Amino acid sequence: MTIPPQALFSQLLIGLINGSFYALLSLGLAIIFGLLNVINFAHGALYTTGAFVAWFLLQYAGLGYWPSLVVAPLVVGLFGVLLERTMLQRLAKLDPLYGLLLTFGVALVIQGLFRIQFGSSGQPYEIPDALKGATDVGFMVLPNYRAWVIVFSVLVCSATWYVIERTKLGSYLRAATENPVLVRAFGINVPRLVTLTYGAGVGLAALAGVLAAPIYRVSPLMGADQIIVVFAVVVIGGMGSILGSIVSGFSLGLIEGLTKVFYPEASDTVLFVLMALVLVFKPAGLFGRVT
Amino acid sequence: MTAERTAAPPVVRTAKDRDAIAFGVMAALLAIAPFVVYPVFLMKALCFALFACAFNLLIGYVGLLSFGHAMFLGGAAYCTAHAAKAWGLPPEIAILFGTAVAAALGLAVGALAIRRQGIYFAMITLGLAQMFYFVCLRAEFTGGENGIQAVPRGRLLGFIDLDGTMTMYFAVLAIFLGGFALIHRTIHSPFGEVLKAIREHEPRAISLGYDVDKYKLLAFVLSAALAGLAGATKAIVFQLASLTDVHWTMSGDVVLITLLGGLGRVYGPVVGAFVIVALENYLAPFGSWITVIQGGIFIVCVLTFRQGIVGEIEEWRERARARSARAS
Amino acid sequence: MNQRETTTRPALRALACIAIAALLSSAGGVGCKKDSAGGAGPAGSTTTESAKIAGNAIRIGVLTDTSGLYADLAGQGSVVAAKMAVEDFGGKVGDQPVEVVFSDHQNKPDVGSNVARQWLDVDKVDAVVDVPTSSVALAVSEIVKQKNKVLLASGPGSSELTGKQCSPNTVHWTYDTYALANGTGNALVKTGGDTWFFLTADYAFGQALEKDTSAVVTASGGKVLGSVKHPLNASDFSSFLLQAQSSKAKVIGLANAGGDTINAIKSASEFGIVKGGQKLAGLLVFISDVHALGLKTAQGLDLTEAFYWDRDDMTRAFSKRFAEKHKGAMPTMVQAGVYSSVLHYLKAVKELKSAADGKAVVAKMEELPTDDPLFGKGTIRKDGRKIHPMYLYEVKAPGDSKGPWDYYKLVREIPAAEAFRPLEQSECPLVKK
Repeated sequence: MTIPPQALFSQLLIGLINGSFYALLSLGLAIIFGLLNVINFAHGALYTTGAFVAWFLLQYAGLGYWPSLVVAPLVVGLFGVLLERTMLQRLAKLDPLYGLLLTFGVALVIQGLFRIQFGSSGQPYEIPDALKGATDVGFMVLPNYRAWVIVFSVLVCSATWYVIERTKLGSYLRAATENPVLVRAFGINVPRLVTLTYGAGVGLAALAGVLAAPIYRVSPLMGADQIIVVFAVVVIGGMGSILGSIVSGFSLGLIEGLTKVFYPEASDTVLFVLMALVLVFKPAGLFGRVT
Repeated sequence: MTAERTAAPPVVRTAKDRDAIAFGVMAALLAIAPFVVYPVFLMKALCFALFACAFNLLIGYVGLLSFGHAMFLGGAAYCTAHAAKAWGLPPEIAILFGTAVAAALGLAVGALAIRRQGIYFAMITLGLAQMFYFVCLRAEFTGGENGIQAVPRGRLLGFIDLDGTMTMYFAVLAIFLGGFALIHRTIHSPFGEVLKAIREHEPRAISLGYDVDKYKLLAFVLSAALAGLAGATKAIVFQLASLTDVHWTMSGDVVLITLLGGLGRVYGPVVGAFVIVALENYLAPFGSWITVIQGGIFIVCVLTFRQGIVGEIEEWRERARARSARAS
Repeated sequence: MNQRETTTRPALRALACIAIAALLSSAGGVGCKKDSAGGAGPAGSTTTESAKIAGNAIRIGVLTDTSGLYADLAGQGSVVAAKMAVEDFGGKVGDQPVEVVFSDHQNKPDVGSNVARQWLDVDKVDAVVDVPTSSVALAVSEIVKQKNKVLLASGPGSSELTGKQCSPNTVHWTYDTYALANGTGNALVKTGGDTWFFLTADYAFGQALEKDTSAVVTASGGKVLGSVKHPLNASDFSSFLLQAQSSKAKVIGLANAGGDTINAIKSASEFGIVKGGQKLAGLLVFISDVHALGLKTAQGLDLTEAFYWDRDDMTRAFSKRFAEKHKGAMPTMVQAGVYSSVLHYLKAVKELKSAADGKAVVAKMEELPTDDPLFGKGTIRKDGRKIHPMYLYEVKAPGDSKGPWDYYKLVREIPAAEAFRPLEQSECPLVKK
């Protein structure tokens, strides 16, 4: 079966774009899980919120795409901080499954509220003028905005990785993940660190939302199905590993793209099949550490 | 757990007696209900109650939260619908077929998921259920977005025509009571005791020599099979099997029902099912408000109402009993 | 999970208990067979503010998509149209008042069939109307047949409704996939589009539309190079469009509708598909879609519709009244279809003096020829198919439009006899004797 190079490369590119979102979202999840031991089911809904905040800013405050990239994550991050302080903290001593259920409830509320207001179709969000148009790169016509998505995600992921692995703040975070009591004994305000971490993780989700707004349509359901795939990505990559989530995110996006070319019927399920395989042969995930 | 009073002549009611009375009351209430309340609504509630009881078996007595139980409900629904419509099988065979498929699916999924616990288990079941959803979406026989429609109700055992609403209702009631009784027997059997021991302290159970994985897997398969029974029955009652039955929101629904009703309480899921189905019915024209309210119930229950309705009632009765015991 | 902890705060718990109790008591009113004050079953009846439902009222239930991808082409507009029809008819049949209720089926067959079942069993609804989304319409058609009431399907497109799955209780108004294929499909093939690739919404409607249009294409000597199916209400069309692009087909047929069509067209422009020489064929496009896309993007699109607000004086008069009640938006053909079908239904019920027997009402509707200001003269066939002329339009360029909603220019009128599948070719069991 000969695949024309154009088809192959364009699907790979789309795969890479999807992968960028997987990477950004699983990064946020991994950070939150690492420190809070909570599976943030609300991650998808907060990703949706980020996109809607960007849309709101455009509609009512006249703030375009570029300021939204900063403002939306901040707004949603603040909301995340509030959420953590008022609700998640109460569950810290309980079985982490309660945290899962709580965030699931939050996800439903957010999704439902958006749906009430906006119906289940999407709101349009314009691609920013600077990134409109496409470039002919020979084997395909590459829309500029989609190229930007890949570049920006790589930048953000690298920056996040750097902060966590190479800075002082990151070292506190990693230490608190291993042994919060000891870190507290050293005088670090661990609860505050936890709250801020949740806010940061959530902010990353919102950032992904703003990034997605021009291409995926701002719709209340955009996060819901996306998040389950991201869960599979996180299981494959290994929970709690930062590098693991980034690498798995991008590569799984590519794998999905490849599947679309060679065996399109399986493209929805390939990631879950991989997840099942990883569970059989390496339950901790490809980059995970056995806890 | 005997209740002894020093004042009145001792009425020694064993737990077994209380259970029998409770079961009898529930059966009686459900038997007269269709004459007062819309039977189709009741049938829906009963199917969900059975589904939730099956789910509760896993979470309440084994301690495993499955976030993918919809695949058993929906998988059985599709198979039963197909068996009844395309193969023309009578309803009892079609339902048995659906249940068997769900059990087999439970074996496959369980074998994979049992390897992990807690949150990982939840996420694995979610992922596998989502995979199953996409398989159902693509498969020819499920009809994709259209679902399998116009499933014939048929004649039960060859002569009971299920097209009549009341006849169908009592068939569903019989199935529900049977499933419920089975779960009850399982919980109060030696097998159930081992499950509880595993939930309380797994390493200890292992050290006592129990093959923990096998017990967990068996419980998982049983739970899957009963969830399948609920789904198969639902397909015959509503004559439709659709993607909604395998969607993750259905998995979320059963968690909500059980959480609201009371995790690990025998009657919890039944109460929860009736409340949630009633809620969904009442708010049907305002579809999205259902989602918001469900989310709200999750949040409230997790933060302040972890015992669920039945749990709170039972605790209140315990405290009342303790108070009267202290007073006397 | 361990249930043995009791770290809950008493006040919050009390609050939770009260909330649950309130829930239970409100939910307790549900499903009661006795029709209480408008509380049981899907509410939304706004014509009866006093909530006292007369025992022998004729009730019309508009089952539609109020919040999803078809909300603009049907949705609340259909409810408005139904109410206008009832009003124009006089609000009552004999001495029986007519009421309109509505509900959202969320494009899901199980939700739609549950609502329909409850409406027909408990809420004494006599006719279910609109039902966009063919998979839901097919399910509801079954239930309506079982309960012997009436389905006036103005929204759905699948020609199966009057084909293999026809029913003596269902009337398929407005349009169907055969008419679309015959109109748009035919026109495009005649103008040189002889190789096709389909982008199909993967449910009853999309599948039927692809099937009917492929038949037209091959019958005219063209070739179908392939197709790709996308989920209903897909969020991203890029990978599907890329497949269409690499097929190099001259025409990319969009076998979808509403929000899906709009998004596919928008994404296509991102990838330079039209610039690259391929033509996009919107096989089902409504005026609401053109309004959402804007003339700049939509210009030149060929489409087949049964109704256009600006066609003649009568349609203009109706549309002006409609727009006043519906946020200034002009009626789509689906909404216009709801109006005419309800009007004709009430006429039939008046002649029969009863709405109880659905089959009889439909038979009467088939007996009476139709003549209304929106669709002109027409008939309803034995298979339930309403026959009227269809119109092939082209979307104007921005320069040619005199104002908002002035979007179409007529290419040709397809006479009624030509527009729909001939009865001899029908697979409906009611016809094949």
